Amino acid sequence: MTREQQLIASVQQGKRELFYELVRPYERRVYAAAFAILRNEADAEDVCQEAMLKVLKVAHIQQFRAEARFSTWLIQITVNEALMRRRRDRTVVMEGLAERPDEEGNYTPRDFADWREIPSEALERKEVRQRLAEALATLDRKYREVFVMRDMEHWNIQETAEALGISTASVKTRLLRARLMLRDLLAAGWERGWFSRLPFEKGSKPW
Amino acid sequence: MVVSCEEVWREISNYLEDDMDPGLRSAMEEHFRSCQHCTAVLEGTRNLIRLYGDDRMFELPSGFSRRMERWLTRNVVVSRGTWPGWLIAAVAAVLVASSLTLARSWTPNRPLKSEHAQSGHGIPPDMVVVVTEGTKLFHVPGCEVIHNKDKQRTLTAKEAMREGYVPCLRCMRKYLNVAGARRAEANAENDDATEGEIRAALR
Repeated sequence: MTREQQLIASVQQGKRELFYELVRPYERRVYAAAFAILRNEADAEDVCQEAMLKVLKVAHIQQFRAEARFSTWLIQITVNEALMRRRRDRTVVMEGLAERPDEEGNYTPRDFADWREIPSEALERKEVRQRLAEALATLDRKYREVFVMRDMEHWNIQETAEALGISTASVKTRLLRARLMLRDLLAAGWERGWFSRLPFEKGSKPW
Repeated sequence: MVVSCEEVWREISNYLEDDMDPGLRSAMEEHFRSCQHCTAVLEGTRNLIRLYGDDRMFELPSGFSRRMERWLTRNVVVSRGTWPGWLIAAVAAVLVASSLTLARSWTPNRPLKSEHAQSGHGIPPDMVVVVTEGTKLFHVPGCEVIHNKDKQRTLTAKEAMREGYVPCLRCMRKYLNVAGARRAEANAENDDATEGEIRAALR
């Protein structure tokens, strides 16, 4: 039995003081999911707290079954809470009105710069993380949500579709567009020197 | 089977997901061998998926973990109703109250954002609030009268008050003197409630 399974069993038996230890490894991912939906730090944090409380107070944890993945289950509850908050929040209605409908037709990449792999170590730099986060934030909500759930939270297509209440075909379409748009956005950033201090070979481009 | 660049772009996401029939996959692989542009799109997309999929991309706001732990301790552990829980809560409350009193007695006051800034009575110290640059108020997240929303920062009510921020008279109303809050509410939007109104509301 893994440590996580032991913690789940203990919490289910009433040792609630162990709950934070159980959820702590997933704090970042829970927050990222809430933020992707709400786009506001304070609201996302508030939703995370409410979701964690709901897990225990509404006795969700008693319903958790070992065959499910705990992190996915936890994030699913947070996503539901964030979606409810978004529906309730008047400011989001404004965003909804401004949002463009699903784009018709194919997306054509704009930049064909030679690619060279960016080492993962680049993420140690706050500037790089910030640039990636800014690019993600510019996507329309429907593309951003799908991208975060599939490519950041590593949910599968079916799980993403169920969480957002859309078809798997829509997930695939939005995911394709999100990935290609992000790639173009970051390629443009490269032209402006975002990664200029990274240890790339002279004359090569990462995107 | 031969595929065009447009078909490759349309299917590139499914290619990365390995969600396509083998015939199309072979055709795309053949295309990548001869098309530099599509290879750049493929590798760039693969690269960004790898970077965004890294756990380091998830950055938490400062103090998030501490606030989450406190929130759970206060709302989950304490609410169990067991003797040890109550006892721990009671001891913790006494300790917190004592240390606050002690801290107030010797901690030098920081410069206030406003001459009206005072402690907000009845506001839970661990409550998550937001402040923004260039204003004097702190708010409940989502408050309608937050200015400069793009520059907002999250912290606890206690921290906000320590930094000299004053509670918003609209969203913090339930924690304040309601009559005072009502009188000052009209001014809250412009962040310029009078000293008397603020003090009355906080009383």
